[in-house]
Amino acid sequence: MPFGKMGASTPITTDAIWNLLKQIPDPEVPAINIVELGVVRDVIFSEDGSGVEVVMTPTYSGCPAMKVMEDDVKEKLSAEGLEVKIKIIYKPAWTTDWMSEETKAKLKAYGISPPPKLTFEHLHPLSTVKNAEVMCPFCDSINTTLTSQFGSTACKALHFCDSCHQPFELFKCH
Amino acid sequence: METNIALYKYCVRIADTSLILAQRMCEWCGHGPVLEEDIAMSNMGLDLIGQSRGFYSYAAKLEGKGRTEDDIAYFRNEREFLNRCLVEQPNTDFAYTMMRSFLHGCLAYLQFRTLVKSKDETIAGLSEKALKEMTYHVRHASEWIVRMGDGTDVSHEKVKEALGNLWQFTDELFEMDEVDQTLIKSGIACDLSLLRAEWDQMVNEVLAKAKLERPAAGGYQSKGGFNGTHTEHLGHLLSEMQYLPRAYPDAIW
Repeated sequence: MPFGKMGASTPITTDAIWNLLKQIPDPEVPAINIVELGVVRDVIFSEDGSGVEVVMTPTYSGCPAMKVMEDDVKEKLSAEGLEVKIKIIYKPAWTTDWMSEETKAKLKAYGISPPPKLTFEHLHPLSTVKNAEVMCPFCDSINTTLTSQFGSTACKALHFCDSCHQPFELFKCH
Repeated sequence: METNIALYKYCVRIADTSLILAQRMCEWCGHGPVLEEDIAMSNMGLDLIGQSRGFYSYAAKLEGKGRTEDDIAYFRNEREFLNRCLVEQPNTDFAYTMMRSFLHGCLAYLQFRTLVKSKDETIAGLSEKALKEMTYHVRHASEWIVRMGDGTDVSHEKVKEALGNLWQFTDELFEMDEVDQTLIKSGIACDLSLLRAEWDQMVNEVLAKAKLERPAAGGYQSKGGFNGTHTEHLGHLLSEMQYLPRAYPDAIW
């Protein structure tokens, strides 16, 4: 059993590490944490229990928030007296399908339309299959139009609600 | 050819192509025709920079000389860059930019889709992510090409001119040499000649929708970017891109 800064009296469990990681918000979408986002894949203790390796995977190849998330993880766990190592893996590739319904509800409450399930339409660039209906996070109308596939961050697209006349962002299906 | 040497060169070719196109896309930042497109082009540039970082880091590791991804990106000269010449062509106007992204993007999409099954796990992983991104890029560019081609007389002329002038860089997208042959044998690289038919199909489909005529075969075709022979535009691009780290080699960010 690994031990933290309080010495032998407070063994740190894997669950406790996961709970600490759940306190770190996504720097660009602070309504959800990095575990809910799906970027933390595994937590592995070193054999002597003095260190922990956090396995992470990036959302988009060039996501600038990735570095911030890595630094936040290091800071959070170092404060517990642990040696922290971050390992980046690319396979399996991050997908929005890993988000739970609860996480999606948090996104909606924050004003971001949650990602629809991955479909064929998302997998072929010239597909003519109609996009899944996008719901306005403010008035729940599906009478919405795509403004741009690219939004304020790599993971979002811009939409407009034709019912309540509000622009809104969709967390892109990925 | 030794597998590791081939693999290094293979990764640098992919990374250089992504990085140079990223630099071109980011040149639009603050100059886009409308705000949404300005943001879109920087977004795509960012995806491409991310893709190049992954492949540069892997190349640096394979090389084993202690260089970093930044060393490879910023401290090589024009003749050492192994990108396809198509991506170094200037932005010119929005029609050129979209046509360049489309012609390159279709191949990148097909290439990454094949590399997802590469026997090299790092390449397979990096490709899986890049594939999803290229799907969005191709969709975006193809929609604009249809809109411009089937739009006004002016937009049609502009996108037609872009197609005519960029077409000479399309055969080069499929160029291969012993680097590819070595890695194809070991199941790591993808045989680009096998992607030609599907690339043609994708291009023909979009051009038909855009009411554009595909340029006739047999015209002049540029060659050799992937071995360091470039058009006059790359040197100027590099002098801007590499200025800061060359002027201040100890700068960190």
